[in-house]
Amino acid sequence: MSHDLSNQEPLLRVEGLTKYYGARLGCADVNFELWPGEVLAIVGESGSGKTTLLNSLSATLEPTSGRTLYRMRDEQWRNIYELSEAERRFLVRTDWGFVHQNPADGLRMTVSAGANVGERLMAVGDRNYGHIRETALDWLGRVEIAADRIDDQPRSFSGGMRQRLQIARNLVTGPRLVFMDEPTGGLDVSVQARLLDLLRGLVGELGLAAIVVTHDLAVARLLSHRMMVMKDGRVIEAGLTDRVLDDPREPYTQLLVSSILQV
Amino acid sequence: MNAVASYNFAYLDEQTKRMIRRAILKAIAIPGYQVPFSSREMPMPYGWGTGGVQVTASIIGPDDVLKVIDQGADDTTNAVSIRAFFAKVAQVATTTHTADATIIQTRHRIPEKALGEGQILVYQVPIPEPLRFLEPRETETRKMHALEEYGLMHVKLYEDIARHGRIATTYAYPVKVEGRYVMDPSPTPKFDNPKMHMSAALQLFGAGREHRIYAVPPWTEVVSLDFEDHPFEIQHFEEPCALCGAEQVYLDEVILNDRGGHMYVCSDTDNCEERREAGHVGSLGVKEAAE
Amino acid sequence: MTALSVQNLSKTFTMHLRDGVVLPVVANVNFDLHPGECVVLGGPSGAGKSSILKMVYGNYGVDAGAIRLQHHGEVVDLATADPRTVLTLRRDSIGYVSQFLRTVPRVSALDVVAEPLVIRGTDKAEARQRARELLARLNLPERLWSLPPATFSGGEQQRVNIARGFITHHPVLLLDEPTASLDATNRAVVVAMIAEKKAEGVALLGIFHDEDVRNAVADRIVDVTAFAPKVAA
Repeated sequence: MSHDLSNQEPLLRVEGLTKYYGARLGCADVNFELWPGEVLAIVGESGSGKTTLLNSLSATLEPTSGRTLYRMRDEQWRNIYELSEAERRFLVRTDWGFVHQNPADGLRMTVSAGANVGERLMAVGDRNYGHIRETALDWLGRVEIAADRIDDQPRSFSGGMRQRLQIARNLVTGPRLVFMDEPTGGLDVSVQARLLDLLRGLVGELGLAAIVVTHDLAVARLLSHRMMVMKDGRVIEAGLTDRVLDDPREPYTQLLVSSILQV
Repeated sequence: MNAVASYNFAYLDEQTKRMIRRAILKAIAIPGYQVPFSSREMPMPYGWGTGGVQVTASIIGPDDVLKVIDQGADDTTNAVSIRAFFAKVAQVATTTHTADATIIQTRHRIPEKALGEGQILVYQVPIPEPLRFLEPRETETRKMHALEEYGLMHVKLYEDIARHGRIATTYAYPVKVEGRYVMDPSPTPKFDNPKMHMSAALQLFGAGREHRIYAVPPWTEVVSLDFEDHPFEIQHFEEPCALCGAEQVYLDEVILNDRGGHMYVCSDTDNCEERREAGHVGSLGVKEAAE
Repeated sequence: MTALSVQNLSKTFTMHLRDGVVLPVVANVNFDLHPGECVVLGGPSGAGKSSILKMVYGNYGVDAGAIRLQHHGEVVDLATADPRTVLTLRRDSIGYVSQFLRTVPRVSALDVVAEPLVIRGTDKAEARQRARELLARLNLPERLWSLPPATFSGGEQQRVNIARGFITHHPVLLLDEPTASLDATNRAVVVAMIAEKKAEGVALLGIFHDEDVRNAVADRIVDVTAFAPKVAA
């Protein structure tokens, strides 16, 4: 964020995004902009449409109507649903990242941790083994995986380690936008805290823009600048994260916030 | 023709041969690209070279001279059987001499003697998809070929170096054809990879079980994948062939006794015999003239 | 020049979980804040002091009114600003020392304090040095600096919080009972730090229950009971 409030362009512009599965509504008329370095949390319960929205935004799903415009590295604005498959796949493995809830969906479980991190480098043409390995080691360090695990397969890793490896694999090409689907789901509470803290540090340090789907309001509070609350496929409340959590307006948001267990 | 009157020339019916030839032509037009074809049941089990046999059957004519090798040898069961098969169903002349053959069907080797224009090398291929090892989904691998997404191929080489300190893949070593498609050269030793590059001969690959045909036309660039700091290199042998004294050829280890005695001999039997006839002798060889 | 001008601000809470009952908080809040002065919000508990502070920081939404803040020579209305603008204002122009520290797992007290400077682009080593100076001044035992504050006592956490709020040079600084759980020695330190901020030209807006501290720092007291909403008949 610069001093000047107006001179910077967003990275992503979502216009009227709607997805129907046949007659059933996935998400309806979603509009927002995302700026570089900004973390947006999408919260809501199962079936609220948040995963449909995430999959549409990341071009995994094609929406029924609406556009998602992305500012490419060459500063051209492109509707991601109109990219050729080659362009889309290149975007996905260079300028974007996708952190799945289940690390097995985002990792190659039968190749070593080092190769998991190095794959995206090789995919963009790095042909120097020494450099690939050095970069992989550096990233393993940043996600707190011991260097001596570099040649082990993620099959032998704990859930938290796998998730951290998945994050390293995604960030190695210096993406500008990362999608995360319940990144701490399925992990023990203590492991969650470590992962969240790590993500928070990396996102801040790298100036990443991120869209995080979560049903955990603590995750939203810790990671995001801004949040959107979804219910029945629609965004019912949006704003600064601490504003939405501390002064919720909508009945459903008030219910969500008041349902948090206090410790 | 009496003995085999019930068979069409070269066993396959003409419609099938035409279908396979069309696949071959497409494969030649797109070097390294795997063309699907409708593989037929052959009178031999899968794994015995049904893909290569169908390709050979589709291109062979009465004037052709056929050589068949298995791991470089003309005299192993598989080679002898296939040679006998075509001698019977196509009544073509057969040979063991590389230079005399117009079609050479091979399992797992490329002859040592450089092939010339007009010769065709037919490879028997078990698994045509080089990406299969890391990506089992055929829909995905086809997309990767289409979009030239070959980073994954280097993941395998990376794993090799990470585990063994060097690229330990010694056969079925992936190549890039004419700067476009990554191709599995079938389980030939990587020793043979350089022979594929700018070869004067037409190289055809048939995978019967997998229903795929691909090709490298004559004078085509074939480059083995590698890393800048771990360049591709072929195997080197410490000693020459014990029979003919040849160096810079691919050698098989032969165990001589149960006390650890062994020798290295040419894998290409025809090349070895020709050399011995020309008077070359290895450490355990016997001078032909002295017999 | 005014650093902050609050105009006709009003706020209600609608409690949907309690049959939509509407709780009026404040109405027609009007006051100005000038560089170099410390204005204290006065009034009994429940009068809406804390809510006003939270609205001024953008933490609570407002029903009506304006919160005009100086930001790099421009006046920006924080009440209607979009989230991204509010974050920029918080980074550069308005700071906040909350009553309670929201702890982050695994981050050391030193880094919690240094973070606002690092976000503004200060070199990490330099930011940590400033953090050390502040924590030393607030008498937080050095053995605690490298530990995450989650397990600290209330007073220790509050000192971390104060250091975090005072480390930057925001032209406007909001203080929500910063001395509530401090002993006399540390209260005196905070009073001195507030005096220094005033001398630097910072405009401070605070809530202080401790009368001694309030008397020591306040230039003016704004009586919040004057903003009590008229209860509907």
